[in-house]
Amino acid sequence: MSDITKQSLSELIKNIKDKKLSSTEVTKAFVERSEKSKELNAYVTEDFSAAIDKAKKFDENPNLDLKLPGIPMAVKDLFCTKNVKTTAGSKILNNFTPTYESTVTQNIWNEGAILLGKLNCDEFAMGSSNETSFFGCVQNPIDKDLVPGGSSGGSSSAVAAQLTPITIGTDTGGSIRQPASFTGIVGLKPTYGSCSRYGIVAFASSLDQAGPMAQNVRDCALLHEVISSYDEKDSTSIDFKRNNYVKELTNNIKGKKIGIPKEYRVNGMPKEIEDLWKKGIDYVKDCGAEIIDISLPHTNYALPTYYIVAPAEASSNLARYDGVKYGFRADGENLIDMYEKTRSEGFGAEVQRRIMIGTYVLSSGYYDAYYLKAQKVRKLIKNDFDEAYKKVDAILTPSTPSSAFKIGEKTNDPVSMYLNDIFTVPVNLAGLPGISIPAGHDAKGYPLGLQIIGKAFDEQNLLNIAYAMEEKINFKNKITDWWIK
Amino acid sequence: MSKDKSEYLINRKDNQYEVVIGLEVHAQVTSESKLFSTSSTKFGAEPNTQVSLVDAALPGMLPVINEYCVKQAIKTGIGLKAKINKRSVFDRKNYFYADLPQGYQISQFKDPIVGEGKVILDMPDGQKEVGIERLHLEQDAGKSIHDLDPKYTFVDLNRSGVALMEIVSKPDLRSPDEVNAYVKKLRSIMRYLGTCDGNMQEGSLRADVNVSVRKKGSKEFGTRCEIKNVNSIKFMQMAIEYEANRQVDLIEDGQSIDQETRLFDTKKNETRSMRSKEDAHDYRYFPDPDLLPLEVSEDFIEKLKLEIPELPDEKKKRFIEKFKLSPYEATILVSDNETSNYFENVIKKSDVKLATNWIIGELFAALNEKNLEITESPISAGNLSKLINLIKDGTISGKIAKTVFEHMMEGDKDPKKIVEEKGLKQESDPKALEALIDKVIDDNREKATEYKSGKVKLFGFFVGQVMKVSAGKANPQLVNEILKKKL
Repeated sequence: MSDITKQSLSELIKNIKDKKLSSTEVTKAFVERSEKSKELNAYVTEDFSAAIDKAKKFDENPNLDLKLPGIPMAVKDLFCTKNVKTTAGSKILNNFTPTYESTVTQNIWNEGAILLGKLNCDEFAMGSSNETSFFGCVQNPIDKDLVPGGSSGGSSSAVAAQLTPITIGTDTGGSIRQPASFTGIVGLKPTYGSCSRYGIVAFASSLDQAGPMAQNVRDCALLHEVISSYDEKDSTSIDFKRNNYVKELTNNIKGKKIGIPKEYRVNGMPKEIEDLWKKGIDYVKDCGAEIIDISLPHTNYALPTYYIVAPAEASSNLARYDGVKYGFRADGENLIDMYEKTRSEGFGAEVQRRIMIGTYVLSSGYYDAYYLKAQKVRKLIKNDFDEAYKKVDAILTPSTPSSAFKIGEKTNDPVSMYLNDIFTVPVNLAGLPGISIPAGHDAKGYPLGLQIIGKAFDEQNLLNIAYAMEEKINFKNKITDWWIK
Repeated sequence: MSKDKSEYLINRKDNQYEVVIGLEVHAQVTSESKLFSTSSTKFGAEPNTQVSLVDAALPGMLPVINEYCVKQAIKTGIGLKAKINKRSVFDRKNYFYADLPQGYQISQFKDPIVGEGKVILDMPDGQKEVGIERLHLEQDAGKSIHDLDPKYTFVDLNRSGVALMEIVSKPDLRSPDEVNAYVKKLRSIMRYLGTCDGNMQEGSLRADVNVSVRKKGSKEFGTRCEIKNVNSIKFMQMAIEYEANRQVDLIEDGQSIDQETRLFDTKKNETRSMRSKEDAHDYRYFPDPDLLPLEVSEDFIEKLKLEIPELPDEKKKRFIEKFKLSPYEATILVSDNETSNYFENVIKKSDVKLATNWIIGELFAALNEKNLEITESPISAGNLSKLINLIKDGTISGKIAKTVFEHMMEGDKDPKKIVEEKGLKQESDPKALEALIDKVIDDNREKATEYKSGKVKLFGFFVGQVMKVSAGKANPQLVNEILKKKL
């Protein structure tokens, strides 16, 4: 089969289970396409020959009862992978190879998947365009010099360009959903506590959550089923009954109540986003769901709240990168000098900016005015959702306020960059699940996404609504393989 | 005793100064594994052999609370008659240091696990209550070793993440003696509970000492200085004495005291400034987002209450009431669990009064001389009990018993066997004693005559002679009786 990489995850699994394809054939196909796609810069670390070896081994004695039998998969370089370099997109971890595996990736390998390599991302997941990576920008396969979104930019680019059948990203303020939207793929940010954070390089502990990124909702549901698990090694992991998300997947959402929050009609929102949203509402109605206008009154405060809470936690989480134990070290005259040089040279500008902001908002004298206040607002934002969910089953919004922008377009304007997360950030602050599905194109032909926000632990309902809408939207990504010579 | 007599005051010219002391005791929780990881806490291992990925703060590693350490902290709180907080919060205390791998210490800042409590001190002039402000759980840091290399510092992370209880007293202590009594009492309570071994040599118990001075009678507190990380009671006392005098001298000199952190130099016996208030760290405390608030139920606490053994204060009360001990004797015997256990084992089968005297007197002196703990005593409680019974039933005299005791200290031997082997049995046969006494009177006819003519003081001489001839084995009571008759 020549078009192996064009197949969805579900198709690949079926073909492997039906013995129409071997894991080796599939793995080789993705490796070959990845080799030809270096211009996208989606990978930080390639593990191709090991992947082919593993695929051969799998084929010798294939266990076809597994959920991901012999499926090759590249993952965001924020997940620690045993004996494979893990950089978090940073110079400070450029020489770091973990001796341990993150719980989420371990769950994936346990179901028979094979690591292809590690995917580029914004440094420590801090960014919305993948431009803060120490390993350079990632190209969006949609168009040359277009950002793939961030921070999971390598992941979105790799799935959209079919370098990996599926992948996982992490989402702290929109890092799965925004890049999914920019590249025309599906991205799910699960409920906080669904997927273990053990072994994921931390950005902001109270917001970080791993999730699947896929070509379609079914694939997304399948990977979510694999990665969502209770883990004693993560104290914030939640022990709740998880669904068989694929088996229970249905496009019957008749009678579901979908909320439309008026506060998401932000000033200066492009007309095409407005139109997309309206179209989304029509699709939902077509599916037999009911539209209800709702209010999330504290939405305006979400972004400033996020940019206090996330940097505060990050400033502390990143203190461990000090040149003492592992990672990059710059020599210094003494301990303090070594710290200063290591962290000045090891961290990029955006990471340093957020460490500074975080250190500031936690400082004595400012703590109450910033961090404490932000925590209070965070509670109000969560209460908004709790109130809304008394009336509706899910909420429909755009994923982003615009389509993908050009590389370099916003690098000197951090605030405009931060505004990218305006629709995604409240979901993280409230700990809720959110999914972005591709829903249309703008005038330039760039993909646009719609976001569905669910109740906590209600991923099944979220996936069902996405599944039903996906059928109606019938989105086709316009990718020309321009980067392949 | 009047209260004034024991007051600790510093005198300068016309002024008398009172010293105000508060202690922050860091007690290592007795636990197999660390506060947030499964690494061993065993003392004395090779450097960096008890370090998990969590302890070394590898990327993506997360803390998981050790339930046993939580129980230990709550038990200690119960022992301090303190309020147990059903909800407490772990915070991050952020600062950079080479032996602090995370770049922050997980501690409890605003919401500690244990609130206000109290400790009763037995001072020579009566009891004194010292308030406990709070007790919280926190991680220990690793150890920086500066003297292995001229250029580099080495770091040992074995201690990194070990659970500590920080027990903060109210500023209720007024003298080095009270500090001594306070630390010993705290140590005793925790050893009774099995929550901290109190081993100061191994660093299981250290304290930051807050010292200020004020003119006698003043109600206002003076500016305090904090002396960091003092690891023995003696050094605490020395540091307080030095620091209080330093502060008084400054005041007398018309200068003010800077609030600062100081170090105690044990070699020079002085405190030195470490950092001023202006240089104080901004620790940027905030709740650790990797850990949820710690919530314990009433039931959980009630179950732990059932595990609390009889503590020193209650035991002391019981000893006084049940065994009619003096407060002094009881205080000594309950000072640690091992001693009181030993005592209770001895008196199971022997006389309380004699046992008390022998333990507090002979045994403590002998152990002291050999630098042994009661648990290492060569004489078991059972054998001491036998020795006391030999005295009580007249088999040996108190004097002979001391000889037997010395033999027992050589190795735990049954005192009966020693008495038999060495022929130390007391002579209580009236006939044998009569023969002995007859011979002594016969040998000292002149003195006997003198006695009869009224020189009664000579009675003691005859007793002495009889004891001498019997090599100390004659039953002194019988000797007295028979001599009186014969003379």
